[in-house]
Amino acid sequence: MKVRSHITQNEALLFEMGSPGKVGYQLPSLDVPAVDAVAALGRENVRAEIEGFPEVSEVEAIRHFTRLSTWNYAIDLGLYPLGSCTMKYNPRVNELVARLDGLAWAHPYQPEALAQGAMEVMARLEAALAEITGMDAVTLQPAAGAHGELTGILLIRALLEKRGNPRKKILIPDSAHGTNPATAAIAGYTVENIHSTASGMVDLAELERVVDKDVAALMMTNPNTLGVFDDNMAGVAEILHKKGALVYMYGANMNALVGIARPGDFGVDVMHLNLHKTFSTPHGGGGPGGGPVAVKKILEPFLPAPRMKRLRNRWAFDYKRPRAIGKVRAYYGNFGVIVRALAYILAHGGDGLRNATVDAVLNANYIRRKLEPFYDLPYTAPNMHEVVFSDDRQAKLGVRTGDIAKRLIDYGFHPYTVSFPLIVHGALMIEPTETESKLELDLFIEAMTAIAKEVETDPQLVRSAPHSTRTSKVDEVGAARRPILRWKPRETGSQTAD
Amino acid sequence: MRYLPKSQAERRQMVEACGVESAEQLFSHLPDGVRLKRPLDLAPGISEYDIVDYFRARSAEGASGYASFLGAGVYAHYRPVLVDTVVSRGEFLTSYTPYQAEISQGTLVTIFEFQTMICQLTGMEVANASMYDGSTAVPEAAMMAARITGRDGVLIARSVHPEYREVLLTYARNQGMPVQEFGYNNESGAAELADLESKINDATAAVIVQSPNFFGVIENVKRLAEIAHRHGALLVFIFTEAVSLGILEPPADADIVAGELQSFAISPSFGGPFAGIIATKEKFMRQMPGRLVGETVDSRGNRAFCLTLATREQHIRREKATSNICTNQALIALMATVFMTVYGKQGLRELAEQNLAKAHYLGAKLKPRFSGAYFNEFVAATNGKTPDVINQALLKKKIIGGVPLNRWYPELENSMLLCATEMSKREHMDQLAEAWQ
Repeated sequence: MKVRSHITQNEALLFEMGSPGKVGYQLPSLDVPAVDAVAALGRENVRAEIEGFPEVSEVEAIRHFTRLSTWNYAIDLGLYPLGSCTMKYNPRVNELVARLDGLAWAHPYQPEALAQGAMEVMARLEAALAEITGMDAVTLQPAAGAHGELTGILLIRALLEKRGNPRKKILIPDSAHGTNPATAAIAGYTVENIHSTASGMVDLAELERVVDKDVAALMMTNPNTLGVFDDNMAGVAEILHKKGALVYMYGANMNALVGIARPGDFGVDVMHLNLHKTFSTPHGGGGPGGGPVAVKKILEPFLPAPRMKRLRNRWAFDYKRPRAIGKVRAYYGNFGVIVRALAYILAHGGDGLRNATVDAVLNANYIRRKLEPFYDLPYTAPNMHEVVFSDDRQAKLGVRTGDIAKRLIDYGFHPYTVSFPLIVHGALMIEPTETESKLELDLFIEAMTAIAKEVETDPQLVRSAPHSTRTSKVDEVGAARRPILRWKPRETGSQTAD
Repeated sequence: MRYLPKSQAERRQMVEACGVESAEQLFSHLPDGVRLKRPLDLAPGISEYDIVDYFRARSAEGASGYASFLGAGVYAHYRPVLVDTVVSRGEFLTSYTPYQAEISQGTLVTIFEFQTMICQLTGMEVANASMYDGSTAVPEAAMMAARITGRDGVLIARSVHPEYREVLLTYARNQGMPVQEFGYNNESGAAELADLESKINDATAAVIVQSPNFFGVIENVKRLAEIAHRHGALLVFIFTEAVSLGILEPPADADIVAGELQSFAISPSFGGPFAGIIATKEKFMRQMPGRLVGETVDSRGNRAFCLTLATREQHIRREKATSNICTNQALIALMATVFMTVYGKQGLRELAEQNLAKAHYLGAKLKPRFSGAYFNEFVAATNGKTPDVINQALLKKKIIGGVPLNRWYPELENSMLLCATEMSKREHMDQLAEAWQ
């Protein structure tokens, strides 16, 4: 058993604990004359005090945030089996190197002669990612996965436009992540869903039928969201390429492939990577991420400016990119995330990265074997880095995947991904990653097994979970019905809208 | 390997439990043509010590020890120690997006506080949980204005950060949104209202301005809003220097505020990661992109928080979502939240006053090219010398000068953009001014 109850502290909001005049800062004394704000800026441009802004001391500030932190679950506390999210250990040395002065304080417009170290880091990561993916060129500019997707689709559009017709549609399998169709729409394409076969693969016959001269690309995830590698990849790429369309690979599941197989070798034209998944940069409660895009040679001319080029003995930025899709973000990308990802790759090295992949797949298969007797496995093809069960057996007793997930919290674990992918009714999507010990996996398996038994003996116990958290089941419906999106002083009442 | 927590004996037990001969066998179903038949061509793994050594060497190739007057969207402000202390806590650093509210209240409360402080700062009624950065918040704000007005035209001031304008164009091109620019007044450096008047029409969804603008000049938001509203368009207000909001009138007349929070204790970090925001009026709330945290109660009736209004987002609405954005910048937004807490009401004002004093000390020496009021940045003409000659001379004194403007504004050939913050020292400003002589 991983968990036992402990005391947590209450904590008010910052706005409820202040007192006028309390401060948590001290500025150095001015070495130049003070300036009268009204004289310098004009009376109309000078604001009154910021009403409601915090007024707390340094001690209160650190206690506030430390107390709040204890209300979070985190990778540092244990297994985070969220399928498709690759919640692996975030090495701390990466944090240290990203904060080194010459990198953390580098200004994007400082002279290139004083930015060679930063540029070297970027160039080295680009080269490593090209080798890992089997692609020809990489841009580090996109800020996150969905941003990388958008960049990739815009690259496809640019190539097709140059060939004379940007085309109209993007094909997306029904097992895809929600960002895929949203991205296609932002890039100006319509979306056509295609079905998966009974084994969870792209249906080649259907694909052959729907690919025509209006189709710009297929966005596919491989291994797909079931954790199954699509064996038909060569056939898929051939069908698209024959009709002049391209293959985009959604790279969120790359943790199953690094060192084992390279998308560039199996027909993929363009893909993104999630540095905050496969390459261990911290998720930070929802970001920052990093979404580099790797492409084949045919798409290289369209990559956003600037590109780095090697002059005789130094790096230089090249802004002359007449065919580029335009910038997708100011400057060069989430450089701090890039530093961390490179530190991760350096730590593992080529063989180490492959070993990590093998352990990730071993962990997922171990969980599959141990939980198969208790949970329904709707797709039985061999799985890679994650495994998707359904709540079929438990639903017959009135307990759904969301209930089991909440009960898992009582056992000291973060839930798995609930109700995704959509092609599995009542999905339990589990991705352990390689950074879990056998002991932690066994505790998780023990918890999941115990819950399966509880469903049979005391389903209400599971349905009403979690029981042990400081915050019990949260009323999300009420939150959406009467949105309160900011604090307001009590006397005027909390803000409501709509 | 230190990141792989298994002994060989444990691996063997697990392989056996999986009913295979070796872990390699778990990959045997992959088609032969797909397998990589050689090791990755990457150097062998190295120790923690070697990693630190490598990056120290890269860091040493940077600008440590130089004084800098670079701004232009990325500002050098002091980072209170508490910021890294808080964001280094594993509970914040290594947690996922707070979808599971019962075990994510820490992150959720800090985002709720963040949203509140952004509203207090900008004069808006709702703010989201953050965007990737300021530059990507611009097209998101433009698309939001298009959804609200049912129009598609965008008018953006040339005095908006050039890279932000480039990002807008990338998105707009594929959204079928025509983008037109309007100029700046050659005297004041502020947006040219007459040019705006001549270009705005009943197809205009958004008028986009930045203040202080890219030249550091403060725009007349009231007048701009009045013009936009008279034509049924929305005013989108952009800021790149968040510290200015400590002293400048908040853009309460704007309809959408899109900004960059890098100034709030976020390292320049060669351009990212930063955190953008979008804030707006309550009536436009459901057209906002990005994550939102709302207050609610738990089953025991205690105050609790959760992600809300998700029906706008991609994982529910798919191709009909308000944006394809998924990741926000939670940890970076937390840095800004700690910064705003540490400085607070009084500190942010004093910090802004110091910035004002430093920039105006420098401005008095160099004579800004534009007459418009400025906060901590201004354009200086280089009096016959090229910006390059001045900057090269300064580098010898370990000073990084300003950003030459001709890269984006050919008409401002012998001009550079200079920024002074609370970290700028008087002696360096004096040396900078000498280089002008």
